[in-house]
Amino acid sequence: MDFLRPASWRDALEAKANHPDATPIAGGTDIMVEINFDHRRPATLLDMTGIDELANWSEHAGRLRIGAGLPYTRLINELGDRLPGLAIAARTVGSPQIRNRGTLGGNLASASPAGDGHPPLLASGAEVEVESVRGVRMLAMEEFFTGVKRHALAPDELISAVHIAPATGAQQFSKIGTRNAMVIAVCTFALSLHPEQQRVGTGLGSAAPTPRRAPEAEDFLSAELADSGQWTSPRPLADSVVRHFGELVARAASPIDDVRSTAEYRTHALSVMARRTLGWVWDEHRRQHSSNHPSNDHTGRSECA
Amino acid sequence: MRLTFTVNGRQREADDVWEGESLLYVLRERLGLPGSKNACEQGECGSCTVYLDGVPACACLVAAGQVSGREVGTVEGLANGDKLDAVQEAFVDAGAVQCGFCTPGLLVAADDLINRNSEPSDAEIRESLAGNLCRCTGYEKIMDAVRLAADRRSSSDNTRPDKADA
Ligand SMILES: Cc1cc2nc3c(=O)[nH]c(=O)nc-3n(C[C@H](O)[C@H](O)[C@H](O)COP(=O)(O)OP(=O)(O)OC[C@H]3O[C@@H](n4cnc5c(N)ncnc54)[C@H](O)[C@@H]3O)c2cc1C
Ligand code: FES
Ligand code: FES
Repeated sequence: MDFLRPASWRDALEAKANHPDATPIAGGTDIMVEINFDHRRPATLLDMTGIDELANWSEHAGRLRIGAGLPYTRLINELGDRLPGLAIAARTVGSPQIRNRGTLGGNLASASPAGDGHPPLLASGAEVEVESVRGVRMLAMEEFFTGVKRHALAPDELISAVHIAPATGAQQFSKIGTRNAMVIAVCTFALSLHPEQQRVGTGLGSAAPTPRRAPEAEDFLSAELADSGQWTSPRPLADSVVRHFGELVARAASPIDDVRSTAEYRTHALSVMARRTLGWVWDEHRRQHSSNHPSNDHTGRSECA
Repeated sequence: MRLTFTVNGRQREADDVWEGESLLYVLRERLGLPGSKNACEQGECGSCTVYLDGVPACACLVAAGQVSGREVGTVEGLANGDKLDAVQEAFVDAGAVQCGFCTPGLLVAADDLINRNSEPSDAEIRESLAGNLCRCTGYEKIMDAVRLAADRRSSSDNTRPDKADA
């Protein structure tokens, strides 16, 4: 085996150009399982953990740029307040040991339909920055995934970062599994409110061959909230709105039966998760709103539907 | 490859290492440090937990080539010669060790927890140890051991004379 250890991003891109068949290894939490069990024997490994700049994050023009090699634990500790939805999802990944090593770059490149990082990135309109010696490309999350465990990277490309706007409104993430720690999701749902755009963002995991949004559900709820003036003077949501949102989310899924669950259960669970997360984010939105604009708070702190 | 890295404060070398083998294999089979246990080789059980540059990780999921020049701390590094560390003693005293297979990984995870958080709540203990499986104890004694270790460590760190060792 060849083991390449670039010390800089430039060197890594050159190594990948010269060895397009090289398999990158970051936290190793996906790839080492395959190597240990002899499911995969890469001829060349390209170690990403010697590149300090890949494990950094920065903020430019109101967007965060998160290096592909930033482990979940640091993401949660350093960015959790600005990216609450992604942080909730990151806290459900594996265990502390897995979160100390595992990275968003590895999660994206594995492109599992069940990757917990994907739904919140979809809900927040994140972009994936990929680079090769030929140059940089920015891919919308929807363009990144091309099939089950397949993505849009060319053989000479590496993921350099994820670009995402800090939260401007409430965000939530919900995951169903057999216990809280160390489970691959049965299904997941992420929801973000973007009050400044009067838009709602969604992300579904383990619900289709690739992670995906529920555009009809987003359009329905965004329009409903805008038409009733709810962004600026939020009131409890009507039951019918919450229920229809859940139905539209479930309708966006095309799940399968597998060892973890049936398609039928997944569809049902998604509608429940959509309703619940909507209740949570709407409560929070109303709280934020009443503390920013106390005079608009006609309804006090009553519960959301 | 020849692999050079630091283990428990000492520089170590191993020859003819295959870069894709796990750090766990290097520790156990090449360096004669069998403290870290191999139970699953897929990150699920935590019995191979070691410090890598000060951060707990599953040694089975780290490629040998990745540790070159880095610092690893194993369960063998917790005791001071023959004197057990407070976490180790607490596990013995609380009866948290039965077959002992999970113990090395739990000791490293518990050591890390109480280094970061001297008074962990039960919820924090559970969350910190969620990556370590034990098939024997039912976890209650492990919870006791971590509470005891945290108490003892904070009282021995505390210079106030009225705070005697628990
Ligand atoms: C016990 C256990 C529990 C887990 N639980 C969860 C969970 O709850 N949720 C979840 O989503 N995942 C889970 N995982 C899977 C895994 O931890 C995540 O997918 C993690 O994000 C992978 O990141 P990594 O850095 O460890 O990837 P690696 O294993 O290093 O790499 C994964 C893939 O990404 C490629 N790659 C890595 N970095 C780059 C880059 N910069 N550019 C291009 N390609 C790259 C590699 O070649 C490889 O194909 C779990 C894994 C284990 C072992
Ligand atoms: S042997 Fe490494 S986690 Fe089980
Ligand atoms: S004591 Fe036997 S597995 Fe924990």
